[in-house]
Amino acid sequence: MELLLASGIGVLTAVAVYLLLRARTFEVVLGLTLLSYAVNLFLFAMGRVAVDRYPILRDGLAPTLANHSDPLPQALVLTAIVIGFAMTAVLIVIALRSDAEFGDDSADAGRADEDAR
Amino acid sequence: MALGLMDQLAILPVMVPLLVGALLVALGTRHVRLAAALSMVSILGLLACSIALALATADGSVIPYQLGNWPAPFGISLAVDRLSSAMLVVTLLVALACQLAAGDSLAQRSRGFHGLLQFQIAGLCGAFLTTDLFNLFVFFEVLLIASYALLLQGSGRDGVRASVHYIAINLLGSSLFLFAVGLLYGVVGTLNMADLAVRIPQLAPQDVALAHSAGLVLLIVFAIKSALLPLGLWLPGTYAAATAPVAALFAIMTKVGVYSILRVYPLVFGAEAGVLSGIGAPWMLVAALGTIALAACGALAARNLRTLNCWLIAGSAGTLVAVGAVGDAASLGAAVFYLPHTTFAAAAMFLTADLIARARGSALSDRISVAAPMPHAAVLGTSFFIAAAVIAGLPPASGFIAKAVLLTSVATAPSATAIWLFVLAASLAAIIALSRAGSVLFWKPMAVEPDPEAPRPAPPAASAHGTVAALVLMLGAGIAYVVFAAPLQRYAMQAGAQIATPERYVQAVLTTAPVERTK
Repeated sequence: MELLLASGIGVLTAVAVYLLLRARTFEVVLGLTLLSYAVNLFLFAMGRVAVDRYPILRDGLAPTLANHSDPLPQALVLTAIVIGFAMTAVLIVIALRSDAEFGDDSADAGRADEDAR
Repeated sequence: MALGLMDQLAILPVMVPLLVGALLVALGTRHVRLAAALSMVSILGLLACSIALALATADGSVIPYQLGNWPAPFGISLAVDRLSSAMLVVTLLVALACQLAAGDSLAQRSRGFHGLLQFQIAGLCGAFLTTDLFNLFVFFEVLLIASYALLLQGSGRDGVRASVHYIAINLLGSSLFLFAVGLLYGVVGTLNMADLAVRIPQLAPQDVALAHSAGLVLLIVFAIKSALLPLGLWLPGTYAAATAPVAALFAIMTKVGVYSILRVYPLVFGAEAGVLSGIGAPWMLVAALGTIALAACGALAARNLRTLNCWLIAGSAGTLVAVGAVGDAASLGAAVFYLPHTTFAAAAMFLTADLIARARGSALSDRISVAAPMPHAAVLGTSFFIAAAVIAGLPPASGFIAKAVLLTSVATAPSATAIWLFVLAASLAAIIALSRAGSVLFWKPMAVEPDPEAPRPAPPAASAHGTVAALVLMLGAGIAYVVFAAPLQRYAMQAGAQIATPERYVQAVLTTAPVERTK
């Protein structure tokens, strides 16, 4: 299971980096989305991968991480998902606006504008 | 323990702007004057609050604040020490200048401005107060999302073009931040920086390599925020695209990255950290010196005043990190002394560039090119000269004292020769770039015949009173910096000592007992 999860995160990150380096904003957005998925899985895995652990404390079981799953990474992932989602939404809006403004969906749109200044 | 007003002061710089910002959003777009008044009251109140905090921490005490009354390290802790309170005062002074300058036209043109400014302040203050790494990430996002919106306020096509790059690189930075945070939590089991400082020296040998890489990934994130080479190329385009009030506010934004470096590395990877002690320093030094060199070249090549100023901001961040990399009490203190001065100077230069651009009309704007004499050339020239002298570090301006303190503090470090060489050469480049810009703009006006075909420069659309007031505030802060140089330097040096020996900070954060419930 560890191998599967680790290679999943690795492949996601590799694909994300490839897409991030592309010229079109659409691919950059996709890359950042995939990267945030990789990050979320990574954060989640930092609570250690385990099966059959209780999410909340149980009577008769010592309240340690040996018997229960670590709740903190789950809280971190939840926050990271919300923030990543909102930021990606902002980026999509700006990318659309850039496309409308310059008639070009490349990440460097409007470059000629800048050089002319 | 009873909770006095003093104990609650630490949370106000986060709470008040968040509440006022939410109120301003709820208020909608109809009551611009009311919004401006509310925003101003909030900023002035917070300025008073942060000055009170600075005075309270001047004796070296650390004021911890346990959010939700959870005992550290289980809850999120805030803590105010000398460095944090100094950063708060600087932030609010710059925010005040931004608010004043926006009163001219920006606040009328973009109705959401005041709310965004408040959220930006909340994010900045939170980042300067928190002791929790994940919380630092959250406050980074708060200040970034406010800055994305502020960048677009009234900046037109330039803003859109710059935003795509700015948002993409910061999203990448956020992802890396989460990787580093996750890795640290997985290895050390805590994210409270004070607790990290305690636990890092006790790491099992097989975990040290992972903590090491987490520490360096964190450095990449802070290098993106503080625009270090090779991750800082987003800065000139972004800051030059922003409108002047927003650009003045952004002068503090790269300093958030610098602050994070000054906070995290001496605390978590400091002298006590065993094998991980000082892991960032070699990387910081190389990146910072490279940044200084690139920024000097950029400043010399700049074709307009705002871009010139952007490169000087990048260079000042590089200088701060180079000195921070030395890492002893004196150099950290010198960095704390240099930081406010360079922030005020950069903000003043953006505001001056805006006034010059308005005087010359939109066709010429702030381009460094020979043209007909501009109106009010004497006043604008004086203002430009003062700001330039402050930035370049000519005596008796604050830049001179700050750079002298900076250079003497690193004199005994092994990297002293390199830092002296780069900082002094960059200062020379800054003097050349600024005097060239100044002489082209003010001393070489062409005696052009008014061309009847050419469109007349449109009369300035808005009054410049607010921008002038903001400029006076920033230049005044620079002058106050010279007048009160001795006490301010003492404060900064004590702050440096406090950063370099964080025992008291760690103790204050970790051992503060939760407040008892009173009937």
